[in-house]
Amino acid sequence: MSRKPSGKSDDLFDAGESAVLPSRPPVRPSTRPAYTVTELAHELRAAAERATGQVWVKGEVIGLKVYEAGHWYFTLRDAESQLRCVMWKTYTRKFKVEPPEGIEVYALATPTVWPGRGELRLTAVALLPTAGVGLQQLSFERTREQLEREGLLDPARKRALPAFPRMIAVITSPDGVALHDIVTVGRRRWPAARIVLVPARVQGDDAVDELVRAVGVTNRLAGVDVCIVARGGGARDDLLAFNAEAVCRAVAGSRVPTISAVGHETDITLTDLVADLRAPTPSAAAAMALPDRAEIARHVGALAARLAHGLRSRTTVLAERLARLGERARGSVIRRVEARRGEWERLGASLDALSPLAVMNRGYSIARRADGPIIKRRDQLGPGEPFSLRVTDGSISARAE
Amino acid sequence: MSSPDPLTADLRRLEEIVRLLEREDVDLDRALALFEEGVRHLKSAKERLNEAEARVARVLEDASGEVSLTDLDD
Repeated sequence: MSRKPSGKSDDLFDAGESAVLPSRPPVRPSTRPAYTVTELAHELRAAAERATGQVWVKGEVIGLKVYEAGHWYFTLRDAESQLRCVMWKTYTRKFKVEPPEGIEVYALATPTVWPGRGELRLTAVALLPTAGVGLQQLSFERTREQLEREGLLDPARKRALPAFPRMIAVITSPDGVALHDIVTVGRRRWPAARIVLVPARVQGDDAVDELVRAVGVTNRLAGVDVCIVARGGGARDDLLAFNAEAVCRAVAGSRVPTISAVGHETDITLTDLVADLRAPTPSAAAAMALPDRAEIARHVGALAARLAHGLRSRTTVLAERLARLGERARGSVIRRVEARRGEWERLGASLDALSPLAVMNRGYSIARRADGPIIKRRDQLGPGEPFSLRVTDGSISARAE
Repeated sequence: MSSPDPLTADLRRLEEIVRLLEREDVDLDRALALFEEGVRHLKSAKERLNEAEARVARVLEDASGEVSLTDLDD
């Protein structure tokens, strides 16, 4: 193509160059007046669009960028060539997920030229993965592989939950039932815990951004011990946000141990896989996060009983030793024990208040035969026999009539 | 969480104390001191068990990214 249609030799740009160029057959000058760039670009666009029309083209999707309006810009590539592509949001809207990097697709596209940029583009209106599985499934697998390669699914990463959380963050939709379920279980099991709603939409276009943001907020909130990411009910498509790489990375990177309660029994999400624990429902998540107060109270009661018994057995051992000691030594030990008696009684009282013996404060007493056994049945005591009643502040001597 | 929460600490120490008291080789002074300490941890554990906050709050985030809590009525 002639670079200089007018062909004057004294042209500023061509003067030096023409001297060294080998002589070539003269280009036949066009009789058409010079194109403007715009004219030529439009001419080329028309030619590009006429060349093949809309066709299916097979290639790998690389470098996909999503623009704010929702348009996708990417390159279709095979071993030797590449073509830049655009897919307008009218068409991308139908996709729940973006094509993962490197996926091979059939694209239904029309070549064109963008005069404004001087670029050849394919305008795609449809993409079909060549592998015969859905884009969602492929995207899920790609993301899972990526997370796995980075070690984010490693069971060794899973953190233990704190035994007695004081604050639980619940990332969920403010309109959903998940929060209500968690609060109900929380009040029953461990009312000492404060439950904090971190609102985020869990489905729809904004879900990914809002979930990522909510994890960030949870991390900035002081004193959060456990985080539950919850979603109640819904169709399979509603899980998409929880398979998004951004959400998985946010959960994996969270400072707060996280329970995922977003999947179905049969349908695990990637968020389930990166979370420290997975729960089938929000209620189950709350039960995992919070201890059962009744159970802990029983444990504390058992410890109180063992503590009391521990001291009693000490004094029994002491009594046996005293019996074997000489008179003088015995006197000094007795004085020491006497000196401590008041202290023991005070401690004993405080222990009783903590132990099951506290029922005496509600009006119960314990009846014992004079020789020790607790009286539980009528035939344990005959007429006229003495017995004692253990009450809150000591014992009462009594006799059966 | 670097240090265990107070209830965990109470329960751990109590279990330790009970194990020590149940051994035969603890002398009386030590036993009494352990018992006394045990009673303190029992009380503290009971108090924590009876805490009932059960408050539900919602996070608010201002434009600068500062987070705060506001109680939810339910």
